[in-house]
Amino acid sequence: MPERVLRLPRLRLELRTERSGFAIIGVSIFAVAATFAVAVILLAILGKSPVRVADAFFVQPLSSVNGLAEIVLKTGPLLLIAQGLAVGYRADVWNIGAEGQLIIGGIAAGALALAFQDSNSVLILPAMILVGAVAGAAWAGIAALLRVRCNASEILTTFMLSGVALQLLYYLVTGPLRDPAGLNFPQSATFGDAALFGALIPDTRANTSLLLGLAATLVAYVFMERSVHGFRLIVGGLAPNAARYAGFSEARAVWIGLLAGGACAGLAGVGEVAGPIGMLQRVLSPGYGFAAIIVAFLGGLHPIGIVFAAALMALLYVGGDFALVSASVPTAFTMIFQSLLLTFYLAGALLMTYRVRVVPRNVRVTP
Amino acid sequence: MFIILGTLGATTPLLFASLGEMVVERSGVLNLSIEGMMATGAAVAFAIATLTGSLTLGFAAGALAAALLSVIFGWLVLASLANQVAAGLAIGLLGLGVSALVGKPFEGNTIAGLGKLNIFGLAHVPVIGPILFGQDIMVYSGIALIVATTFLFKRTKLGLIIRAVGEAPTAARDIGYPVVRIRLCCIAFGGLMAGLGGAYLAIAYTALWAEGLVAGRGWIAVALVVFGSWTPLRIAIGVYVFGAISLLELSIQGLGIYIPSQFLSASPYIVTIVVLAFISRDAAYLRLNRPLALGKVFRSDG
Repeated sequence: MPERVLRLPRLRLELRTERSGFAIIGVSIFAVAATFAVAVILLAILGKSPVRVADAFFVQPLSSVNGLAEIVLKTGPLLLIAQGLAVGYRADVWNIGAEGQLIIGGIAAGALALAFQDSNSVLILPAMILVGAVAGAAWAGIAALLRVRCNASEILTTFMLSGVALQLLYYLVTGPLRDPAGLNFPQSATFGDAALFGALIPDTRANTSLLLGLAATLVAYVFMERSVHGFRLIVGGLAPNAARYAGFSEARAVWIGLLAGGACAGLAGVGEVAGPIGMLQRVLSPGYGFAAIIVAFLGGLHPIGIVFAAALMALLYVGGDFALVSASVPTAFTMIFQSLLLTFYLAGALLMTYRVRVVPRNVRVTP
Repeated sequence: MFIILGTLGATTPLLFASLGEMVVERSGVLNLSIEGMMATGAAVAFAIATLTGSLTLGFAAGALAAALLSVIFGWLVLASLANQVAAGLAIGLLGLGVSALVGKPFEGNTIAGLGKLNIFGLAHVPVIGPILFGQDIMVYSGIALIVATTFLFKRTKLGLIIRAVGEAPTAARDIGYPVVRIRLCCIAFGGLMAGLGGAYLAIAYTALWAEGLVAGRGWIAVALVVFGSWTPLRIAIGVYVFGAISLLELSIQGLGIYIPSQFLSASPYIVTIVVLAFISRDAAYLRLNRPLALGKVFRSDG
């Protein structure tokens, strides 16, 4: 029987020799578009009008001063935490417990504010910032110590420490730090004015703690993109064997990665308790510590990309609030929206490091 | 006595989830989305069981929903070559979101739980009767799963193939095994088990639905795989010891010794951290048991 040869196209992945700026931006746009497409389908199933939801997510937050101020307010902690986490992630150090480090930072700063409640000193806020950063870093430092000394996976320990931090907060606000005049509500007394961040936009909740996020961005940029220490971390993450051969210390990378993430998350905690909340209570963060993981990836783990990703994520948070009010979309939806964004980003990220080539393939067929 | 009795039921979700995750990790994939998959399994199982009145359908639906999530995870890490930690977190969060959405109409509802069996009519024998012969069917299934996975990795060719894929995927591919397909099957199996574990939690153990029901068990399941050094029997021992410790605390409290409830809630995490640090100290032992390619991206044409 005569043999025929068919030339069939076949997809092949080729490693890119340099990163393509077009692909990086394209993948982010793809992730947003795909997420939105799935969201529309989901909403249709739930019987919500996609137009009203789109209005709530993208028009309402951007069309009022208050909406914009809320975006600024929520960009701050996301930006801070994501910058810190990205330092670790690029070094292959996986801190997923930023939520707990945020809580510990908030507790430490809050305890200080409560101890000096009647003080009008201008030093109180800087002291809270310092204490919060140190406390957050120390909490992450436990995981670093366990990783360096006992070889325990930081992925698991940072998560578990988050659970412990939350229970510690519950204990403190129902016990030692509860406001004696607060009718047994699980919350502390409100902080004095000297212990609060000033308003950034008058008559809104947006406050000057955003500056901490911008400062972290600057530091992260200089450290990761312009310093030898940052370069060592990146090499350790991309090529651990090469890093070891070059004598770059792995333990050092673990310490830097976790302490940077912990300090930034601790600062974010200060920003929350000394910002919109103004006291200690059971809920200090609507999941910023976890959302910031998504922000870090969506920003390509790059200090500049993270700025845009943080603003986008903040928009999602605020949009979620608006959607709850105007279209009664459940809050779970915001969580689904966030995770889909990361899912599609990861699915598309392939195209940032690889190029898809169509190559012909010969297939012999015997009829 | 009471402790052993309660332990078996309380540990069944952990047993299913961690043995499922063990199979996934043995194939070289780290799936951190167990918590989210358990939550989805729990919510879907509760919803379906409530709507249809059938616990069997509930278990099936919960397991399938979680497996569906795990297949999305598999697509990310196997086809899109995504970082396994990031993909696990993404799908885990997705699972938590889905569970909150699905479970919302049922928040606070209860359900008639899974009936206890009476094997050989011996469940009423004092002391050992209820423990050995009077558990529900999922407890026995969990024990069967220990036996089955032990047999799989000790005695079967399939077990060897899965191990080869997890230790040396390139070599496994070169001798003709479809690495990606095998890994996908393992991931889906892990999803099914996590879903069953979650379903058991919602429709048998607590017999109620509340958001946050899983409460970190998915993460503890991942840690238990490390405790058990990727061996079914050792993982099972870890699961039961873990269950016994948490119930011991409850009985201490029952004796009237005051412990803040927050400490009780935090203690599973603290226990996990301490044990994890202790077990991981012996780096050589861990390296010997840990699948060599665990967490590494594999390109089938590379």
